[in-house]
Amino acid sequence: MIAEAGLAALWLAAGLAALQFVLMIGVLRSRVAAAPAMRPIAIVQGVLTLIAFAALLLVFATTDLSVALVAENSHSAKPFMYKVAGAWGNHEGSMLLWVTVLAVAGAFLALLSRRTSERTLVAALGSQAALALGFYAFLLIASNPFARLNPAPLEGRGLNPLLQDPGLAFHPPTLYFGYVGLSIAFSLAFAALLTNDVDARLARAMRPWVLGAWIFLTLGITAGSYWAYYELGWGGYWFWDPVENASLMPWLAATALLHSINVLAARGALKAWTMMLAVVAFSMSMVGTFLVRSGVLTSVHAFAIDPERGTFLLALLAIYVGAAFILFALRCATLKEGAPFELVSRETGLVVNNLLLSVILGIVFLGTLYPLFVEAVSGEKLSVGAPYFNAVAGPLALILAVLVGLGPLLAWRRERRPVLKRLAVPALIGVTALIITVIVAPQMTILPRLGLTVAAYLAAASVLPLVGRNPLRTPLATWGMVVAHVGIAVALAGMAANAAFTQERLAVARPGERLSVGPWTVLFAGVSPAAGKNWTAIQGELQATRGQGLVTLKPETRYFTDPPTDTNEAAIETFWNGQLYTVIGKGDDSGAWQLRLWWKPFVTLIWLGGALIGFGGALALIGRLWMRRPRRAAAGDWRKARYA
Amino acid sequence: MRAVRFVPLALLALLLAGLVWRLATPGDTTVGSKLQGQPVPAFALAAALRAKPGLSAADLAGGKPRLVNIFASWCVPCIGEVKVLQALKARGVAIDGIAVRDRAEDVADFLARNGDPYERIGSDPQSGVQISLGSSGVPESFVVDGRGVIRYQHIGAIEQADMPLIMAKLEDAK
Repeated sequence: MIAEAGLAALWLAAGLAALQFVLMIGVLRSRVAAAPAMRPIAIVQGVLTLIAFAALLLVFATTDLSVALVAENSHSAKPFMYKVAGAWGNHEGSMLLWVTVLAVAGAFLALLSRRTSERTLVAALGSQAALALGFYAFLLIASNPFARLNPAPLEGRGLNPLLQDPGLAFHPPTLYFGYVGLSIAFSLAFAALLTNDVDARLARAMRPWVLGAWIFLTLGITAGSYWAYYELGWGGYWFWDPVENASLMPWLAATALLHSINVLAARGALKAWTMMLAVVAFSMSMVGTFLVRSGVLTSVHAFAIDPERGTFLLALLAIYVGAAFILFALRCATLKEGAPFELVSRETGLVVNNLLLSVILGIVFLGTLYPLFVEAVSGEKLSVGAPYFNAVAGPLALILAVLVGLGPLLAWRRERRPVLKRLAVPALIGVTALIITVIVAPQMTILPRLGLTVAAYLAAASVLPLVGRNPLRTPLATWGMVVAHVGIAVALAGMAANAAFTQERLAVARPGERLSVGPWTVLFAGVSPAAGKNWTAIQGELQATRGQGLVTLKPETRYFTDPPTDTNEAAIETFWNGQLYTVIGKGDDSGAWQLRLWWKPFVTLIWLGGALIGFGGALALIGRLWMRRPRRAAAGDWRKARYA
Repeated sequence: MRAVRFVPLALLALLLAGLVWRLATPGDTTVGSKLQGQPVPAFALAAALRAKPGLSAADLAGGKPRLVNIFASWCVPCIGEVKVLQALKARGVAIDGIAVRDRAEDVADFLARNGDPYERIGSDPQSGVQISLGSSGVPESFVVDGRGVIRYQHIGAIEQADMPLIMAKLEDAK
């Protein structure tokens, strides 16, 4: 009954989306005076998808095994939290989550939008409905999440144990909020191109959405990186896996958009470029979803692969992105560029930021799809891995990080002050860091050394926009920018420290043996059995010490029964200056066990930096939404609008 | 300048073409041994059974092509493969075995139950030789010519239908 209610809600939502799309065409052709109806329809559509998604959560929470999806992916013995999380830990459920977020975002656009013209809003809601329509069709035709099984099986088939982790509860939904949040930017750009309404007002309407989506993407990627780090037991935080890249590419595009949109909002310039980026950012989200869902690229994330679904998603990608690019090609000549600017100006800084981010995006895109094209053309199989990405994207990212310190100091339109002088102190700090690394670790390779240098410089340079200002009167958006830029420095320091100072020890050890890794001496005390609700495990006991104090770590190898799978549960101990990371592998007949020990100095800074970047974004978003009223009271003059 | 406007569209078309091609021709994810066409790396394995000699690289350069089968008593597909190997043996194919991560009593039990097509069986307790041959699982087979050069790698069990292929590869290796 609940499943049928969910299905009915989904059909109704699809019907409303179709209506919304048809009404948009009518309104734009000035035949129908239906504009006032658009907002309520969009809101009801969002509510209906929420009902459908709630129905799915409910059948998973109650483990209704007569629903095929539950029987495939759940199990009565699974902990309650993972039963609920299982609702989106599979193809159909995740697509339902996708379309729910899409429709709810449309509903919020209808509810909140005050800044765009009525025609543009109608066009945006129509294009959002068109996006949703494709995914409704996908769900209802090719992957119905509410399909029943008759007779119902006695027990479910479980869930990939790698996904039975708190990380799963947050990582995919967070990324989806980001992916789909960009759909609003896409729809607004499409609408503005359609109605010839690309201006600063549109940019201000679009900006909170881009910012919001970008925050979710940042947090989603950070959380996903940490999940891979501790759950897979490989000790790495980023593998340049196609699916990781699939989440990085929209983030890069959104980051570029986030900066260029400020130029459009403040100065009315970079119109065509910003619209292009808005389209590209959501396109990258769709490409990302396609890569994950279709399994065309070999990946550790291939949880759900099905070529037929791939075909459907590819068709949607072709229609939506193709339509947007055609419209762009037709309209971009009519876009008048806004106020001019000189070579040394905030605008130029943001253009350079965009160029570098776009090139990095291109590098990641090329590296991700290169194996596919090489095989298509020559039949040769190859894979592109970390050496390419680090060597090609790394230096560009460092250059970008250097410029991040400079950009916010520049004035709009033209800069006549000697800005470089203000960077003297940060530069000095960077050089000091460089000298220290040369003295302390002369053997360090070039990229980590430069990474530490730039991180030290950037941490200092990022706060310069606050120097000499009353902190209470500084706009929240400026604070947000500063925090986010400091976050970049922190994350960069973590990556460089991890690359430069990580110590690894692989050993086959017997109980009673002592191993050393970095400053630690680790005693392998022994192994004992352990059990959870749906798994049993072999648990190793490691007693680690460095001079004083004793830390006990208990890494496990778990055996899940439904379906039968082994996983490694790393034991990680966090200290202020790093993490001790331990994994226990298989034992051999003679009573020895494989142990992997890592000492990773300052590795936690990577995720702390990611969190800071997201937090900075949140501050900026609050600032943008909060400041709306006072700024409107101050009214009208774009020259007074402070950039942050 | 006008053409620039269509660059995104052209890139999209290229991307779509690539992805459509991939969907139409699902990738073959098996990765073959890089040693095909190369001499067998030097190795010498102790006998897996007391009754049979072990296997070394020198045994594979005896002038006649041989089939080297990598198997294990704990490997389920290997059970079905034994019948096909015996049929090959009946046609005069010389077959050697490498038992991976196995124990003598288990190998003896496996052969007693399923049949024994092997002339020599080497024991590879830590998969060292298997890995050096570029094999990633069991069962796998290599056609090695009389000079000890690997001519063909067969990934997975040799089925009844693969027999003509294997015979042809052995013929080529002469």
